[in-house]
This record gives sequence, C-alpha cells and structure tokens, in this order.
Amino acid sequence: MIKRFKQLTLATSLAVACFAAALPAAQAAEEQFFMIPSYRVGPYGANGQSFYGGFIDYLTYVNMKGGIDGVQIAWEECETEYNNAKGVECYERLKSKAQKAPGPIHTMSTGISYALADKATADHLPLAMMGYGLTMAVDGSVFPWLFPLVTTYQMQASAIVKFLKDKSGGSLEGKKIVYLYHDSAYGKEPILALQAESRLNKFTLIEIPVAHPGNEQGAQWQRIRQEKPDYVILWGWGVMNMTALNTAQKMGFPREKMVGGWWSGSEEDVIPAGDAAKGYTSATWNVAGKDVPLIADIEKTVYGAGKGNLKDTSKLGTILYNRGVSAAVLSVEAIRTAQAKFGKGKAMGPEQVRWGLEHLNLTEARLKELGATGLLPEVKTSCSNHEGSGKVKMQQWDGKKWVPLTDWIEGNKALIHPLFQADAQKYAKEKGITPRDCSKE
Amino acid sequence: MFYRETGQFKTSYAADQQIFPIRQDRIGIGILLFVAFVVIPLTAGNYWFNAILIPFLIFALAALGLNILTGYAGQLSLGSAAFMAVGAYAAYNFQVRIEGMPVLLSFVLAGLTAAGVGILFGLPSLRIKGFYLAVATLAAQFFIVWCLTKFPYLSNNSSSGVISVPGVEILGFRFDSPQSRYLLVLTIVALLALAAKNMVRSTTGRAWMAVRDMDVAAEVIGIRLMRTKLLAFAVSSFYCGVAGALYAFCYLGSVEPDGFSLDLSFKILFMIIVGGVGSILGSFLGAAFILLVPIFLDIALPWFSELLHLPFDGATVSHIQLMVFGALIMFFLIVEPHGLARLWQIGKEKLRLWPFPH
Amino acid sequence: MQFFLEVMIGGLLSGVMYSLVALGFVLIFKASGVLNFAQGAMVFFAALSLVGCMEKGAPFWLALPLAFGIMTLLGIATEKFVLRKMVNQPPIALFMATIGLSFFIEGLAPMLWGNEVRRLDIGLVDEPIPWILDNWNMVISKFDLFASGLALGLVALLALFFQYTRVGRALRAVADDHQAALSIGIPLQHIWALVWAVAGFVALVAGMLWGARNGVQFALTFTALKALPVLILGGFTSVPGAIVGGLIIGASEKLAEIYIPPLLAGVFGGNFGGIEGWFPYVMALLFLLIRPEGLFGEKHIDRV
Repeated sequence: MIKRFKQLTLATSLAVACFAAALPAAQAAEEQFFMIPSYRVGPYGANGQSFYGGFIDYLTYVNMKGGIDGVQIAWEECETEYNNAKGVECYERLKSKAQKAPGPIHTMSTGISYALADKATADHLPLAMMGYGLTMAVDGSVFPWLFPLVTTYQMQASAIVKFLKDKSGGSLEGKKIVYLYHDSAYGKEPILALQAESRLNKFTLIEIPVAHPGNEQGAQWQRIRQEKPDYVILWGWGVMNMTALNTAQKMGFPREKMVGGWWSGSEEDVIPAGDAAKGYTSATWNVAGKDVPLIADIEKTVYGAGKGNLKDTSKLGTILYNRGVSAAVLSVEAIRTAQAKFGKGKAMGPEQVRWGLEHLNLTEARLKELGATGLLPEVKTSCSNHEGSGKVKMQQWDGKKWVPLTDWIEGNKALIHPLFQADAQKYAKEKGITPRDCSKE
Repeated sequence: MFYRETGQFKTSYAADQQIFPIRQDRIGIGILLFVAFVVIPLTAGNYWFNAILIPFLIFALAALGLNILTGYAGQLSLGSAAFMAVGAYAAYNFQVRIEGMPVLLSFVLAGLTAAGVGILFGLPSLRIKGFYLAVATLAAQFFIVWCLTKFPYLSNNSSSGVISVPGVEILGFRFDSPQSRYLLVLTIVALLALAAKNMVRSTTGRAWMAVRDMDVAAEVIGIRLMRTKLLAFAVSSFYCGVAGALYAFCYLGSVEPDGFSLDLSFKILFMIIVGGVGSILGSFLGAAFILLVPIFLDIALPWFSELLHLPFDGATVSHIQLMVFGALIMFFLIVEPHGLARLWQIGKEKLRLWPFPH
Repeated sequence: MQFFLEVMIGGLLSGVMYSLVALGFVLIFKASGVLNFAQGAMVFFAALSLVGCMEKGAPFWLALPLAFGIMTLLGIATEKFVLRKMVNQPPIALFMATIGLSFFIEGLAPMLWGNEVRRLDIGLVDEPIPWILDNWNMVISKFDLFASGLALGLVALLALFFQYTRVGRALRAVADDHQAALSIGIPLQHIWALVWAVAGFVALVAGMLWGARNGVQFALTFTALKALPVLILGGFTSVPGAIVGGLIIGASEKLAEIYIPPLLAGVFGGNFGGIEGWFPYVMALLFLLIRPEGLFGEKHIDRV
C-alpha cells in the first residue's frame, strides 16, 4: 500500500513538473488583456473578495455593453494571498500575455506594488496603485509606468487634518492628535506628511504604532486614555480596525473623535465592531451604496444575466466593491483615452495605455455619462502629477450604512507634493534614473 | 543495472573518499550541471527565470541553511526568514554606504553579519531544547523584523522602511537580464552547496550529527557542545543570510521587513521536511516542491473546474488550493516522513537491481 | 501609580484571553506530545462554525452544541486520518503535519461558511464598569471580567474532568506513558480523538470570546501567536501553567508597551512602539534560560 503511494507521489511530482512547463497559451487578436493578481484567501481575503469582485464585474459589464469601442476585455486572475513573492510569480506568469495589449495592473497591496515597481518599469507595463503603494510615484517624471491614481496616503492625511480643522472651528492650534497606525510600510508612509501638517497647524502629533496583526490594543488605548487627545487618526488594516473600535469603546473614547483612513473605512471594518463603530468617521475616495446608477446597472445587467463574480450579492454597493468598480472604471477610461488618440476600436499597446493613464481626464460630465456621478472625484492626470485628484470624502457610520458627511476635500497640495518630489529625486539618484522633462510631454 | 557499482574498484583513499564515489553519480551530476549552466540559460524563457528558477535556487539555499541547523545539528528553528532579512538588509547597507563595494563581497559580509546574529540567537540552544527552542527562535523572528522596521538607519532613512536595492554589477558587467542573474545565483548556490556537502562529511558535520542524535552522548565522547551548536547556528545563518541578500538583489529588487514574515520561515521549514531532513539533495527537491505545487494548483484547479463544469467561483478555487496544499503536506508526512530525498534513494536502489530484482 | 495599576489589570485580563488559546495547545501536547500548530486555525474554524450556524437560523444555545459537534468531528477526523497514521514518527514531523492541518482548515472554514468578516453578538458589551470608573477612574471592562470568569470556570471544569472521571484518569495515564497505558488496556486512539474534541471545545470557547471582541474572521488564527509565549513560559504540559503564563505575559507585555518605548526613544531617538509583537517571546526566552522546562513543565532528564 505504502509502496503504491510512493510510486504515486513520484508520478505526481513528475506530472507537476510537466504541467508547469506547459504554461503559456495563445491569445486572440483584438483584446485588451488585464492581469489581475487578486487575493481571496488569507487574512485580508475578505477585503480582496469585494474589491476584485467589483473590478471584474465592471469588466464583464463593459464587455456586455460591447467592449471598449468594440475591443473586448480579457482577463486572468491569479491568487497572491497578499504575499509579495507570490505576487511576483503571478506577475511573471501573466506578463507575456499582457505585453501586447495590457490593462493597468491592480495589486491592492503596498508590498506587492513595491516588488513590482522596478519590474513593471523595465517590462513597460502600467502599474496602477489606487490609494496605496509607492506614493512618490506621483512624480511621473521619475516613474513613467507607475500610477498612484486618485489620491495617496499623504494627501489623505492632509485632507483629514483639514477636515478636523474645520470641525474644530478653523484652527487646530494647541490640539492633540494621536496617529494610531499599523506598524508597516503602509502605516509609516504618511508620518512625514502628518509631521509637516503638525508644524504648519501647530497641533501636537503623537504617533502610536500597533504591531501586526493588531488584534490586541489594550496598551495603546490605555496610553490614548492617558494622553486625552482631541482626535485619533486610525490607520489600520484588517482586524486592527475593529479591534481599535472595540478597544476605544472599552476605554470610553468617543468614536465621533476617531477618523480613519480609507483602508479603515469599509463595511468589513465596522460591521464586526457592532455598536462600537457607531459615529466613527472615515475618509474614502469612493462612496458606498447601490444608489449610484452604475452600480445599480451592474447589478441589473451582470447579475441579471448570471455572470456576476460574487456569490454573495449583499456585497454589492459596499465601499470595497464600489472601489473595485471605480478602479476598473479608471482603467477602462484610460484605455478609451488612449483609443481617442491612437485609433478607436483597436487594442492598445503598453505605451499607448500608459499615455492614456497619463492623460486621463475624468470630468464630472464624463462621470455622469458613465452613471458614476459622485462615485469618485474628478481625476485629471499629467506627466508631473500621476495622482490626478488628491481628494477624499468623509463618511460616518450610523450603525447600518456609511453616510457621506462632506463634499470632496482636497489635501494641502503645496505642502505634500514637494515631499513626493524630494523622495522621487532621491530615488532617481540612488537608482541612476534620469527623470523625464515633463514640460516637453 | 543502471546503478551497478560492480567493477568500480577504488585503489586509493582519495578515490574512496571522494564526494560521489559511484561513477553513475558523477556522470549524473555532470549532466545536471551541464543542463543547469548551459542548456537552461539557452532555452528557458523569462517567466521561468524570474518566477521559478531564481526563487527556486534562492529558497533552496535558504533551505540548505536551515537543513544544516535542523537536519544535521538537530536544532529546530522557526526564524530562518529573519536571518534572510538580516542578510538582505546588511548587503543593502554595505552596498549603499560604502562607495565602490564589490557586490560579491557585500554578499559575503551579509552572510557573516547574519552568522553573527545567528550565534547570538543560538546561545539559548545551549540550555533549551526541542520545541522550547523552536518557539524561542520565534523571538529572533519577531525581534529582528521589528528592529529593521524601527531603526531608520538600517533602511537608509526610507520613509516607509522599504529598501530598493541598486543593480548588481561585477567587474563592469551589469546583471540586468534574467539569464545573467540566474547564472549568478546558480554559481553562488552551486558553490555553497558543494561547500555544504563537504562540510557535512567532515569532522564538523559528524560532530553535528552526533549532537543531533544525542547531545549528552556526544559530550561524553568529547565533542564540545557549545562550539558545535554555535557553529551550526553560524553556518546556517550564513547560508540564510546569503540567500536573503540574493532574494533582495537578484529576485525581488525591493524588500520590506514584513516580507520576511513567519510565513516565509514556515515555508523554508516545509521545504526541508518535504525534501528530506538531513539531506543536501532534499533541500533542493523540497524547494522545488513547495514552490511548484501552489503554482501548479493555481493553474490546474481553474482549468479542472471548468472542464468538469463545477460551479466554483474564484474564491472557492483559492480555498481549495489552500486545502489541497495542506492535505498534500500531511499526505507526504504520512507516506514518506523522510522526504523526497528518501524517495530518490529508494529509486536508486531499485535501479541498481532493475530489471532483475530478487 | 494608578495608571500603572490600570495597565496591569488590563494586561492581566487580556492575558486570560491568551491562556484560553494556550489551553488548547496544552491539552493536546499533554496527551499526545504533539505541538498542535493548528490550534489557531481551530479557533477560527470553531468561531466561524458558531456564527455560520447562527446565520442559518439556529439560536445561540443550539448553535453552540452544533459547533461543538463540528469541532468533535474535525478532531476525530484528524486523529483517524492523520495522527493515527503517524504514530512513532518524530515530534517535528507531527508538528509539521499540524501546520499542514492548519492550512487545510484555513481553506476549509471559509469555503464552508464564506469568508466575509462577521460579527458575533453574545449579548455582552465591551464597556467599562461605570461604578469602578466613577470611584477609582479605572477602566475595567465587563467583557474582560466575564471572559476571565469563563476561562477560570473552564479550567476548573477541566481539572475536575481530569481528576475525577474515568476518562480523565485514562487521559492522565496516556499523558504519562503511552505504552504503559496501552498495555493496561486503555484505548489510545479513542483517547486521542477525545482529547482533540476537548481541545476543539476549548477552541470554541476561545473563538467565541475572541470573535465577540474582534469579529469572526481569518485574523482569529493569529491568536495562536499570542499563545505560544504563554506556552513556553507556563510549560507545554501544564494547565495551571497556561493560566499563570497568560497572566504574566498579558501584564508584562502591556506594561512593556507603555514603559519601554519611551526609554528606547530616549537612547536612540525615534519611535519604538509596537514591541508587543516580540516582547513576550524575548521574555519567555530569557525566562527559559533560567528554567528550561517552563514554569510548571516537567523536568526533562537526559539518559544516555
């Protein structure tokens, strides 16, 4: 018996080797290929599930409506488990298919974006990092292939400070703000921006890191209780968010004084916290809800035809689902922009898609055409500004749903953008990159 | 028949003690090296280099390091990823801070730095044994990663703690193409594997094995426990450190401390268990297995579910992958606790008699 | 001083939550010598099953035994298909098998019940007790007190079970010496299945409390990492060790997180928070140097 097993395993391992050898496959002619390095298992699987569900549903939706001016979208998913090495493997595996006519790549992971940044640049594939990733890539002169679209951590932090300033009557002078963050690259990125803001607005900034995964925050909140800050800015991811909300309740800290970033402001973060989340405010760059016509239409068209990506339709209209849709909208719009210049009805090559991403102009009128009014802010990119918006909205959790509190708030660009440029210049020097001259683009 | 040793007479001690005393092994290794150094660079595509071969070699090196510690010296460690992190960050710092530093030298120094840290965290092994030690090495895992996050100096004051390594250049030649990087990694790994193979046949290796089998008995016959155990930690960490440096310089290009997580440590541990504890060959086989199976499942399962029209969505397929991976690990441990290397040995025995088994 | 006390009490109470997870490890290690790394995954699976049953319409009092039933099945299956086949293999191989098991469970649980993050309401709010807050200005959470009570009750129950029941005696015999136990006719395999079921029950209680606190989601598996230092400190084989170890780790980690980073910042400059990830391990390690078998562990005697 055991002997049989051994032979079997030997044969299986051989089969594995052979199968892996037969990877590359053919590709049809006029197709725009999206590689989707997604994650649906592991600690952040729930988040990935909604985001990529929305992303793929929109692609299906576009295809059902006749594609991008006749060009159909093809895609292939690859499970990264939010793991950098697996992300690289996925990228390398799907790269050859994408090289002809790629769609922007969305990894939804800061770590994987970092690992892919150099590779995508070398391979000439556009990498989009919407609200995460290598934020200094806002400076497109150094990073032609990287697009931290819509907004960045730093701009968000700045916008949050602006919101808090308005909330406390126009001045933060003498106030105390705690920045409670996930102790990783993700949490550390906005610190410089917040420090600059604290100097400018003369508030005291207290930085409190939380070790991964952040499922125990007694000590941190005890410290917050002792410090008695006016506000807490929460920069968590996954379980850290609900733990923060619950512990805040335990320590009697009012949730109305807590403001989260956009990765701390999805339904996944607040529903498990129950009543502890009521009154909590968070930033977001896309709104929740099915009352956006586009989302309603996706539900009708795609799910009506039984082609939806998600089994659980209750996720439709959640923050992360809508964020996935927004990401897909921007990607498709970039390809449309490119088509407008390089020829309608043709699949766009890498350089053309890159051009499209760099010349995006998603106006209010265009958003209305798409049925996406209010879903995301206007986005207008250029060579020197790969971010394109820098605006966020504040929303409050009322116990059942996210209620938008404000209109779009823009961060302090004059303060924040020079930080990106300084970082990008340092990076260019270390790597020996000669930046492009953006005035000539 | 293929492995018949009949007629291979040894007339000198040197011949008797060579690494591969059987002629067929020597030919086999020769062919293997020829394929690895000549055939593969000429034929393989970029995907193979970037996503499979380079990480395979690097992980095999790390597994080799852990195998020295766990397989030969018997000290279970769950902190290999942290030692890789030390190597990666040390190599980066040597490279960035010292003008004109040769890359290879900074790899060696990175290995030595990791060895130093390894000795430090090996000290408890003098008193603690078994699972207590395994869990204690977790202290190294978490502490080192934390240090790398917390001291901005170590990441050259990068605001996010992520380091992006400069390109590899040796004697004016830039290792830009996947082929060249593959050859560089292959050369380093082959040399270190050769060194390891020799080390475990030497006095040191035998002392390690004696300590592994029973440390009290080893002490009684005059092996100095402290020196032997710490040496194992140092050598193992050296290998892991070099692997870490290669991981950063030749594979990912930019790394963050969180990338060297406990999961990676476990992955390396899996490699040696599946490949074979206490076997150089096993480190390579295990690395190949652990690296290829998830990729295989990733490709095969969606294909399979489409073929059979199973109503699986993307998430379910991912979940099944995880389950199959876990089940495979258990299956392997049940069927062949000595790993793939043992299977190879059985195969060799078979070939020796084939086609006339008794 | 008052702040110190508050932090310490908060830490002690969180420590009990760690003990709960550590308890599952101890039970299995004691009976079969396996360091069951899948305990964290079992906590996740148990909590998910509980919530899953409740979502399907079962009331809490019914969902609890149902989830326990599922955990028992899992335990029996593990014994039958994995452990029984691995008798006489080195402990490291068994340890690895449990890591494989944890992957399996991590895939199985969300596949059965879905992987969205859920809320588990056990009718207890994590709020400070107003009376203590008013009189001493100290935050003591109702929830934590309840959890501690439950944990202590569970330990008492286990102690009684081990001490006074027939099965408990058999369990202790098996823990002492497998072969001797076999030779006097104790069915080893039944005992092991039983131990896994009991460990499943402990995981269910831990999953229920952790899940009510932080939401039922994948991150519940990380609770295992909090339990390991508790385990080293208390000793792998001691039930009271798990409790005492949990208390020590909980309190010291919270105090360290408050008081050590400012000291470090004074020396090096910068921000050194977030030491909770490694501090318990380093502390346990230093402790081991003094007492290599943990607080209550059995002393290991080497014979040549």
